[in-house]
Amino acid sequence: MDSRFVRLAERDRATVEVRIDGAPVQALAGDTLLVALLTCGRRVRDSEFGDGPRAGFCLMGACQDCWVWTERGERLRACSTPVLMGMSVLTQPPESQWPETPDLRMLRAAEQTE
Amino acid sequence: MSLAPRMVVVGAGPAGVRAAQALVEAGVRPVLVDEGQRDGGQIYRRQPEGFTRSYARLYGSEADKAARLHRDFDALRGRIDYRGNTLAWNITSNELHVVHGQHTATVPFDAIVICAGAVDRLLPVPGWQRAGCYSLGAAQIALKAQACAIGARTVFLGSGPLLYLAAKQYVEAGAGVVAVLDTAPSARSWAAISGLLARPRLALRGLAMLRTLRRAGVPLLTGVHPLAIDGDSEEGVSAVRVRDARGIEHRFDADAVAIGWHLRAETQLADLARCEFVFEPQSRQWLPRIDADGRSSVKGVYLAGDGARILGADGAEAAGRLAALAALADLGHSTGAALYEKAAAESRRTLQRMDRFRSGVISAFPWPHEHAAALPDDTVVCRCETITAGELRRSVGELGSREVNRAKAFSRVGMGRCQGRFCGHAGAEIVAAAAGVPIESVGRLRSQAPVKPLVMNAREVQA
Repeated sequence: MDSRFVRLAERDRATVEVRIDGAPVQALAGDTLLVALLTCGRRVRDSEFGDGPRAGFCLMGACQDCWVWTERGERLRACSTPVLMGMSVLTQPPESQWPETPDLRMLRAAEQTE
Repeated sequence: MSLAPRMVVVGAGPAGVRAAQALVEAGVRPVLVDEGQRDGGQIYRRQPEGFTRSYARLYGSEADKAARLHRDFDALRGRIDYRGNTLAWNITSNELHVVHGQHTATVPFDAIVICAGAVDRLLPVPGWQRAGCYSLGAAQIALKAQACAIGARTVFLGSGPLLYLAAKQYVEAGAGVVAVLDTAPSARSWAAISGLLARPRLALRGLAMLRTLRRAGVPLLTGVHPLAIDGDSEEGVSAVRVRDARGIEHRFDADAVAIGWHLRAETQLADLARCEFVFEPQSRQWLPRIDADGRSSVKGVYLAGDGARILGADGAEAAGRLAALAALADLGHSTGAALYEKAAAESRRTLQRMDRFRSGVISAFPWPHEHAAALPDDTVVCRCETITAGELRRSVGELGSREVNRAKAFSRVGMGRCQGRFCGHAGAEIVAAAAGVPIESVGRLRSQAPVKPLVMNAREVQA
């Protein structure tokens, strides 16, 4: 089977298209990102410690085992982030893992003016 | 006093909403900080806008209470400074530090009522790191807040009222329930347990849950010893194996498993506020010391709801109101003091009755600490960083840890991004057993700010 979660009710909601790792996916308005991921697939992310895929655990924002990333590198907690039309998320951290912090941005700007 | 007291409430579950309501009744406008997108907390979590299931369907026998709490919160909205989607990440002397998205703020207070709630209390089971293994609370949230089951064929494993409640809700919602596996030693009927008689209606509800599950043909096993959550690294969970009370092994094919052993209080803010903790031998955990009305050992800091004592939603409503009124009375607020005088005696009686029930539940569905102590060395204890029981035991055996913070420094169990929420209690049992010392002597994991990970750029930078 290609999805992990099973929808049991509330199916009559507007669809919301989001992109997961570049591929378009139909979610429903009011879904969390985690539900969008697990009704079209079986994993949310991969463990950084080599023990395979993870699919969330607590669903209440406590375990931090459902992190995904925006294309700009911002981290989102999938269980507590509602889907929005046009959202695009990556289930692997983007190449440059660290988002640019305001002080880093200032440092870079200062380097360029030198 | 001449100026209106600055009152802050953390959490918009049953305790927090009743605390805020009591403050408004006394003529005070509190700040209410809550991490959720909507009020209700976990137990009365509100489904997203646009969902149409009825209260009866969502909350069953508790529908009226849920509706009342939501209605009362809606009526409070204009009379409180409600900050949803906001994490209280630290507390310093008379200041609460919060973050909303990338915006941080400091909220000063004269008194704070912390109603931080609870999360599932977890015992590692070999294989619990696999995709498809969730906490019992997670299984319930998937259903309540998102109308989803966590899998097509779900096993429920653990102990406590939530084990049966979540399984029953799955059956009623049309989800596939493979089995309910309880580690509690015998099928003593709920009503027969003396403490449970303190709340006969709840005990009867427990029996009704069992009937629903039996009628649906769901196998119910008690006294089980969890052996493994089987599966492979690509597909995740494929089966759950347990040994029953007679020593016979059972294997249940499943694509999902929900596990949990009651609840664990979220005590991080109380800890950061330097509240004193006491060891509670019956449930083998450390809890902040509070008096009958919710006063902590720190002036101006009050604790209520499951974040202080696991009394459930009814107890949380009573405790939230009482703690808020006690706070006002202690500040010399005359209207608050009058309301406190009027309400205190009855609220305390209610809470005492709930506490007898709590004690009955703990003895009926005990925390199986001996299973934690006996976990095989290769079992993952820390899901965050995939650290095994063997590695934790090495920090005791080879490196001489006799205390959990020391063991954490050596093994990193408790240092991952859940900050010990899901490994802490079992980790302490493993350390105590390996060191051959009583559980209370290994201490408790110290809380660290921020209480949950923050994004790096969530701070103010002066240009």
